[in-house]
Amino acid sequence: MTTDKKIEKKNNRIGESRSPLQDAMREFRRNKIAVGGMIFVIFVIFVAVFAPVFSPYDFAQQNLRNNRAKPMEGYDITESYAAEKCHWYDTPMEWGCTTFIAGSDALGRDLWSRIIYGTRISLSIALAASSVSLVIGLIYGTVSGYAGGNVDNLMMRLVDFLYGIPLLPIIILMTVYFNAVSRQGSDSPIVTALIKLDNSAGGLLFVFIAIGALNWLGMARLARGQVLSYKEKEFVEAARALGAGNGHVIFKHLIPNVLGPLLIAESMAIPGYIFLEAALSFIGLGVSPPTPSWGAMINEGYSGLRSNPHLVMFPGIALSTLTLAFNFMGDGLRDAFDTRLRGRN
Amino acid sequence: MSDKKPLLRLENLTKHFPITKGVIVQKQVGAVQAVDNISFEIYRGETLGLVGESGCGKSTTGRAILQLHEPTSGKVFYDGVDLTEASNAEMREMRRNIQIIFQDPYASLNPRMTVGSIIAEPLEIHNIGTAAERQERVKELLELVSLNPFFINRYPHEFSGGQRQRIGVARALALQPDFIVCDEPISALDVSIQAQVVNLLEELQDEFGLTYLFIAHDLSMVRHISDRVAVMYLGKIVELAPRDAVYENPLHPYTQALLSAVPVPDPVVERKRKRVILEGDVPSPSNPPSGCRFHTRCPIAEDICSQEPPIWREAEEEHWVACHLVK
Repeated sequence: MTTDKKIEKKNNRIGESRSPLQDAMREFRRNKIAVGGMIFVIFVIFVAVFAPVFSPYDFAQQNLRNNRAKPMEGYDITESYAAEKCHWYDTPMEWGCTTFIAGSDALGRDLWSRIIYGTRISLSIALAASSVSLVIGLIYGTVSGYAGGNVDNLMMRLVDFLYGIPLLPIIILMTVYFNAVSRQGSDSPIVTALIKLDNSAGGLLFVFIAIGALNWLGMARLARGQVLSYKEKEFVEAARALGAGNGHVIFKHLIPNVLGPLLIAESMAIPGYIFLEAALSFIGLGVSPPTPSWGAMINEGYSGLRSNPHLVMFPGIALSTLTLAFNFMGDGLRDAFDTRLRGRN
Repeated sequence: MSDKKPLLRLENLTKHFPITKGVIVQKQVGAVQAVDNISFEIYRGETLGLVGESGCGKSTTGRAILQLHEPTSGKVFYDGVDLTEASNAEMREMRRNIQIIFQDPYASLNPRMTVGSIIAEPLEIHNIGTAAERQERVKELLELVSLNPFFINRYPHEFSGGQRQRIGVARALALQPDFIVCDEPISALDVSIQAQVVNLLEELQDEFGLTYLFIAHDLSMVRHISDRVAVMYLGKIVELAPRDAVYENPLHPYTQALLSAVPVPDPVVERKRKRVILEGDVPSPSNPPSGCRFHTRCPIAEDICSQEPPIWREAEEEHWVACHLVK
């Protein structure tokens, strides 16, 4: 009886196993900086979701008597105004209703609130751009690599062609065109629908299109390369010998193997997306006011840099810490999943 | 052992890989003649060893039998059915009977799948049994190849080369095939592990009456496991005979050269032994020599060898050879 139990215990231990994912997570946890980056990213996601809780005012709330206030400067407001507009009224944080934590901008909007709401813009860009480029790139690259031959040739030449087009002028033209049309109205239902969509997204639609159009190309190339190498592997041949069809090979064997490197490439690309959105907003091609994009906020504060540096400094700090955190996290993920870099095992 | 009923028959099987040139419009400028016009039979229950140098077309032959490479021409009859003419659905059914074990145990198992799902894959593809039944079958198969059934949830990277190869064997056995192509199943393993896998294959053959095409370049291992042996050179079979006939009385000069390269584990004999050393390299299979393909390196070649391809004939009883000079 006791030996039976011993054997059973031993066998249960033999049955224990670590998947490649578990291995990678263990490796990731060892990397302190990457874990720090990830914690910060999770924190920012939390802040974005509960933005009204973290900010005293709405991002669009103007208070023209208190424009260009310095950080921690007191408000000149009435009690009834605070009671009506301030999220923090009647809470332990009530002092925030009468103090500009990070100052205010030219229209007297609370900069702290705008920065908090700005996390939503940056993160939605990160999420939308990375998932769109991942899905399109994965499908396009897998089809191209798996089909091979002339189909592959044609599809990849299209990617090369799109790579060669400078996208910035096209985005400028598109934005200018749609802005002009939206003032006049258009007969075309497609254009009208696009304008509506853009307005409801706070002017983010073209930023999405621009970033998506730019980045699926790289993902498609990566996916194609991975598929090309995996489809020649013997385990794929073994599946064929067992009678597996194309669908089985693609979904059971290729995509699980290709997805890892692609996800890591995406996590490394996210800082770029966030930065590109900020850059587009900075040059006036991104979001439309009053959407609180960090890039747009830097642009607004930039003209008064000497007298009111805080208008540039705070959004700048937010932007750089978030991109840095994503960078550290991406580096950590890459190191954790790339077994070749794993020194010990 | 064999009851002389052919299970598999190859007729003039040819596989040429095209060499193309051009970026947009590709035109064929040549072909690698990996397998050229070979014919042989494998009897039910026997092991046919297929030996030859690297790149002589051994593996391509195995893959062409399984239709993993579509043959350029020629026919493959399995149990009377022509596999080259079979429709996709027919071929899918046939694959239950014909399986393959691969050379590289590190590349032949998907690193993202557990051992259980790897071995259950053939059952899944052919819709055999419920998930619970498959699990049971996987455990049986693991035991059959002397692995602990508790390994079912482990991943391939947690195993050694020999264990991985046994997982590959279990996967090949899952559909209870009659015929297995063993594509150099032991070449990637340590010598100490090779015997394990070979003995396992032999045991399984006795138990299930399997038929093997055993591809290898290790001559002593082939001698150990095979009933008959075929020798390949540059896409052609040059000699095919029962094992002892090949090893004791090789007729083709290439076979003689191959065998003389095997060291004899006796220093006295080894010192006196005369080796046939082949000059030069294997010619390119995209531009094979005229006549007998071996004449460029053959120690006894005559004029006729470069002019006419030799005829495949039965020189002695059951001893087939393709050479002008064998009487």
